[in-house]
Amino acid sequence: MAAPSPTPFSRLFNSSVDACPTSLKTATILGPKLKSGETEQAHLRLLTSFKHLKFKASKEPPGLTQQLDNRKLESLTESENGCDLFEDLKHRFLRFKRRKFKENLDHFQNLAQGQAPKFMIIACADSRVCPSIILGFQPGEAFMVRNVANLVPTFESGPSETNAALEFAVNSLKVENILVIGHSCCGGIRALMSMEDEVDSSSFIRSWVVVGKNARLITKSAASNLSFDQQCRHCEKESVNHSLLNLLTYPWIEEKVAEGALSLHGGYYDFIDCTFEKWTLDFKASNREKNSRFAVKNQFYWC
Amino acid sequence: MARKQSLEAAVEGLKRFLSEKEDSNEEVAAKIEKLTAELRRIDVAPIDPTEMIKRGFNYFKTNNFDKHREFYHELAESQHPKFLVFACSDSRVSPSIILNFKPGDAFMVRNIANMVPAFDQLRYSGVGAAIEYAVSVLEVPNILIIGHSRCGGIQRLMTHPEDGSLPFDFIDEWVKIGKPAAAKVKATFGNLPIEEQCAHCEREAVKLSLINLLTYPYVRTGIAKKKLQLMGGYYNFVEGSFHVWNFETRFSPTVDMQ
Repeated sequence: MAAPSPTPFSRLFNSSVDACPTSLKTATILGPKLKSGETEQAHLRLLTSFKHLKFKASKEPPGLTQQLDNRKLESLTESENGCDLFEDLKHRFLRFKRRKFKENLDHFQNLAQGQAPKFMIIACADSRVCPSIILGFQPGEAFMVRNVANLVPTFESGPSETNAALEFAVNSLKVENILVIGHSCCGGIRALMSMEDEVDSSSFIRSWVVVGKNARLITKSAASNLSFDQQCRHCEKESVNHSLLNLLTYPWIEEKVAEGALSLHGGYYDFIDCTFEKWTLDFKASNREKNSRFAVKNQFYWC
Repeated sequence: MARKQSLEAAVEGLKRFLSEKEDSNEEVAAKIEKLTAELRRIDVAPIDPTEMIKRGFNYFKTNNFDKHREFYHELAESQHPKFLVFACSDSRVSPSIILNFKPGDAFMVRNIANMVPAFDQLRYSGVGAAIEYAVSVLEVPNILIIGHSRCGGIQRLMTHPEDGSLPFDFIDEWVKIGKPAAAKVKATFGNLPIEEQCAHCEREAVKLSLINLLTYPYVRTGIAKKKLQLMGGYYNFVEGSFHVWNFETRFSPTVDMQ
């Protein structure tokens, strides 16, 4: 790709990001202008207002929080009001922009034209298990779905957000790998395991996690002698396998897996000990074996 | 530097560099990021998927987890994220990267076109479960919905079926959640080229999703108790910009008609 023209990007980067952004002509790094109390006519018919928040003058240069080193880990600060929150988000974004975007401009410009990720990831929405962090996926590498308990509903269950993403990833982006990642201490799996047999119709969580009910049945029969916590752990892994089987209920997925164009992998992240297990569905071997539900290959355990 | 060395030598160089630099600063950190990115792109052979995630995990464990064991030990006990984030599944827009969310910061839902449908326990239990868990169980104080540039889902919403393309059963059913946003954009900006209309719709769909959040009872309760704040965001990776706004609803003062 040719070197970027001097105009849009260099103008953005040359504007001083340390100064309070009083001039927003060249770079609207963060939206709201500085005039306090100013409100704008919202586009919506509802009586909503976009509050333009006054930026506090920073006493220290923004974004100088240390990245990962032996000193304290930066954590999200408590924000009493929206202004602190906006300020916090601004620092976060500018840090990304300085350290990653600016340093890899060619790469980001290429990505802007189109994405060609090798992976589709299905992971839990849990704040502790972001695959971008724990598996190091960089922009462009992984198409990602995150839902409660990293569940995959069957083809027969009808349209949902998860299978819309599957359809896009497999049929449009043509990803080569789907990785379903379960994790320790999963609240969704715990809710699944805690469910009474009669359906509690008032809860969304229950309506959703029931997608994993087969995993719960298998766990209850295989691990009934274990403690509840151990059963949950068993179910967390069982549910990943169950999701892999559910993936095969989609004809266009099964077809590609049979052809060898698509691989299905399961993963399990234990954030107590920081270990990661990974295995791949062995489709050819699975069809031959009658007794077990499916066979796995390329099984790894990293600790 | 990295281009002149073999991959192994570059990794060795990076390790030495990291061990020598005890106090990182912006410049050093940026250099590390650049080196790491370059190293990852060096094509030794088509990357084996297992090898790729193994490297990623080892990097996380060595440079992050092992250096902050106490932090991760506490986090393992329980999570208290400050945000519920809705972001697109697009591989280019991970909020953990662009907004630097650390483990524990954000409960994150990712779906096509970062949509929040209106309350419907039969059809959209997945999204509802995430909202219920985040708001009622984890009690997150902020919900942030992030839209982005060049969104494939929004493009599909805006162009199908008028473009005569074949249907995608699941995608089309999902993106039609955004139909009111698409209709509004077409009515207001229908004279613009389709790319610009899509860009408008990307933002409009975020606003629509924010409105849809209000159809969830626990969200309304949170707002009424002033324990919950709703925000919209827009990441433009073509320009390298990020915009954010609050979503507030209010009634104007009552006017006496007498």
